[in-house]
Amino acid sequence: MPRPRRRLLGLLVVLVVLAVLLMLSVMIGSTAIAPSVVWDALFHSSADTDQFAIRDFRLPRTVVGLVVGAALGLSGALIQALTRNPLADPGVLGVHAGASFAVTVAVGLLGVRDVQGYMWFAFAGALIVTLLVLAFGSTRQGSSPVVMVLAGVCVGAVLGGFREALQLTDPDAFDAMRNWNAGSIAGRPLEVVWPVLPFFAVALVLAFVVSGPLNALALGDELAVAQGVRLVRTRVLAVIALTLLAGGATAIAGPIGFVGLMVPHVARWIVGPDQRWIFAYSALLAPSLLLVSDILGRVVTRPGEIPVGIVTAFVGAPVLVALVRRKKSSGL
Amino acid sequence: MNTHIPPVDFGRRMLVLRRRRIAVRLQWRSVVVCAVLAVVIAGAAVLALMTGSYALGPGQVLAALTGRETGIVHDIVVEWRLPRVAAALMFGAALGVSGAVFQSLLRNPLADPGIVGFSQGSYTGALIVILVVNGSYAQLVGGALLGGMVTAVAVYVLAYRRGVQGFRLIIVGIGVSAMLGSLNTWLILKADLDQAMSAAAWGVGSLNGVSWNQVAIGGACIAGLLLLAGVLGRPMRQLELGDDAAASQGVRVSPARLGLILVGVALTATVTAASGPIAFISLVAPQIGRRLTRTAGITLAPAAFVGALLCLVSDYLAQHIAPTPLPVGIITVILGGGYLGYLLFTEARRRL
Repeated sequence: MPRPRRRLLGLLVVLVVLAVLLMLSVMIGSTAIAPSVVWDALFHSSADTDQFAIRDFRLPRTVVGLVVGAALGLSGALIQALTRNPLADPGVLGVHAGASFAVTVAVGLLGVRDVQGYMWFAFAGALIVTLLVLAFGSTRQGSSPVVMVLAGVCVGAVLGGFREALQLTDPDAFDAMRNWNAGSIAGRPLEVVWPVLPFFAVALVLAFVVSGPLNALALGDELAVAQGVRLVRTRVLAVIALTLLAGGATAIAGPIGFVGLMVPHVARWIVGPDQRWIFAYSALLAPSLLLVSDILGRVVTRPGEIPVGIVTAFVGAPVLVALVRRKKSSGL
Repeated sequence: MNTHIPPVDFGRRMLVLRRRRIAVRLQWRSVVVCAVLAVVIAGAAVLALMTGSYALGPGQVLAALTGRETGIVHDIVVEWRLPRVAAALMFGAALGVSGAVFQSLLRNPLADPGIVGFSQGSYTGALIVILVVNGSYAQLVGGALLGGMVTAVAVYVLAYRRGVQGFRLIIVGIGVSAMLGSLNTWLILKADLDQAMSAAAWGVGSLNGVSWNQVAIGGACIAGLLLLAGVLGRPMRQLELGDDAAASQGVRVSPARLGLILVGVALTATVTAASGPIAFISLVAPQIGRRLTRTAGITLAPAAFVGALLCLVSDYLAQHIAPTPLPVGIITVILGGGYLGYLLFTEARRRL
C-alpha cells in the first residue's frame, strides 16, 4: 500500500480506537453502565441515578481525559522535535514541575481559587522551566540529551522541594493539593476545561505551523537555514505552543508524566520521521493512552481508584528504560 | 635560534606518610583544606550547641562537653543538642562521600544518588513500613535500607548490558525514580491526613527528634562504610579515565565498580533510614570539595568535610530561620538549587 494512504487509513483506525475508548470510559467504573443507558443519558435525559453518574462524573472525566491527553501528546512530540532528544518529555524535563510549583504558589500562598487565575501561573511556570532547560541542555557542540534530561530532573527536584516546603507549612493547602499533585482527571468539572481550551486551540495551530520547519530542523541548524527555515521564529513559536499545552494540561489535571514521552515514539514507529504526521498521530494516540490508563486505574483496585498520573508513570517508566536499553539509541 | 625551555613543573607538593609497609600519599593542599574545614566545622558545631530557646555561652558549652558542667546545662548540651549536631555531621559526611563515589563512577558532575532513584527507593520502603505495616522505628530503618538496596540492584540490573554505562545508569535511574515517586504519591494519597503529613515530613528529610540511640547505630554503620569507601576508593582515579584505560592499568573494573556502588548506596540508605532523604548535599559537596582542593578528579575526604559542614549549617538555618523549625531537607534543596544553577551553567557546558 502506498505510504500516504496507509497513513490516512492508520489515522482512521486510531480515531475508531479513540471513539471506542471514549465510550468505554463512560461505561466502566465502580458500577458498569450499559451502552444503551449511556446513549439515553446523552440524548434523552431523565432523573435516573446512572444517568446522573454519567452526566456529572463520567462524561466530564472523559472529556478532560480527551483534552488533556491530546495536549500532553502534542507537547511531548513538540519538545522531542524541538530538542532533537528522544528522551525528552515535559514531565521528565521538569516543565510539569514548574507549572505545578507555580500553581501551588498561586493556590497556597496567593489564595487564587479559579482556573482562570492559576492557569496563567501554570503557563508562566512551564515557560520559565522550558527556557531554563533549553539553555542548560545546549552546549557549544550542540545539545546533549543526557545533560538536558539531568538538568530537567534537577530543576524538577528543586521545584518539587520548594513545593513540598510550602505544603508542609500549610496543612490545608497540603490536603487540597495532594490529589492534584498526583495527576488525576477525576473530579475535575468541565468548568476547569473551558477557559484553557482557547489556548489549546492556539497551540494546535502553532504546532502545525512549525511542524514543517521542524522537519527541516531535524537535519541540523545549518541545513535548515539553507532550506529557508527561520530558526528563531520556529523555536519561539514551538516554545509558545509547548508552554501553552504543557502548562494548560497541568493546570487542569496536575502533573501527568510519560504520556508525552511514549506517544511520539509510537507515532514515529507508525508514520516515520515526518513531524506533521507525528503531531497528528500524537494528538490522537495520547488521549487513547490516557483513557486506557484511567480505566485501568479505576478497575485495578476496585472500588478504590488510582490517579491516572500514577498509572502512566508505571506504564511509562519501563518504556524509558527500554528506550535507553535499545542497541541503537534512536536519533530523530 | 634561541629555543625557549619551559620551566620544569615538579607537580603538586605531596605529603607522604609512611608507617612500616603502608604509605599514604596526600596532597598538601588537600590536607590544609581539610584541616581548615575541620576548624570551621568545630566552630559551627559550638555555635549550634550554643543557640536555642535557652542560650548558652561558648565557655559553658565547652565545659559541658568536657564534663565539667552538670545539671541543666549538661542536659541541654549533651542530651538534647549534641545528638542533633553529631547526626548532622555524620550524615553530611556520609552523603558527601556517597555523592563523590557516584560522580566519580558515572563521570558526571550531575550524578547524585538522589537523582538516580536510591532515595526514592528508601522512601518507598519507609512509607510502606509507616503506612501499611505501622511498624516500629527499627522496622522503619530496615524498610528504608531494604528499599534503597533493592532499588539500587534493580537500576543496576536494568542498566546492565555488556557492562554498565554511566549514561544508561542515569536514565534508568530517572525512570525507576519516577515510578517509585508515583508509588510514594499514591501511598500518601491512600493514608489519612495525619499519617500522610508525618510521612511527608520524613520524606523531606529532617533531624527533628534524633536521639543518641539513633546516632550511635547510624554512626557506627557510617564509620564502617566510610573506612570501606576509603579503601575501595583507591582505583577511582583510574576508573575516571574510562573502563579500557583503567583495565590496562591493572584495575579489575567490574568488581571495583560494584564495590563502590554498594558502599555509595549503603551510605545513602543509612542516612535516609535515619533522617529521610536529605537532598542535594551529595550533589554539591563533592564539587565544592574539588574546587577548594583544586584536584583533577573527585576526592573523598574533602567531600566528606564539606558535606558535614553543609549539613550542619543547613540544619542550623532550618532550626532558626523560620518561626517554626523546618525540616533540614528543605534548606538543602534551596541551597542545592542555587548551587545547581551555577554548576549547570559553568560546568556542564565545558565537561560534557
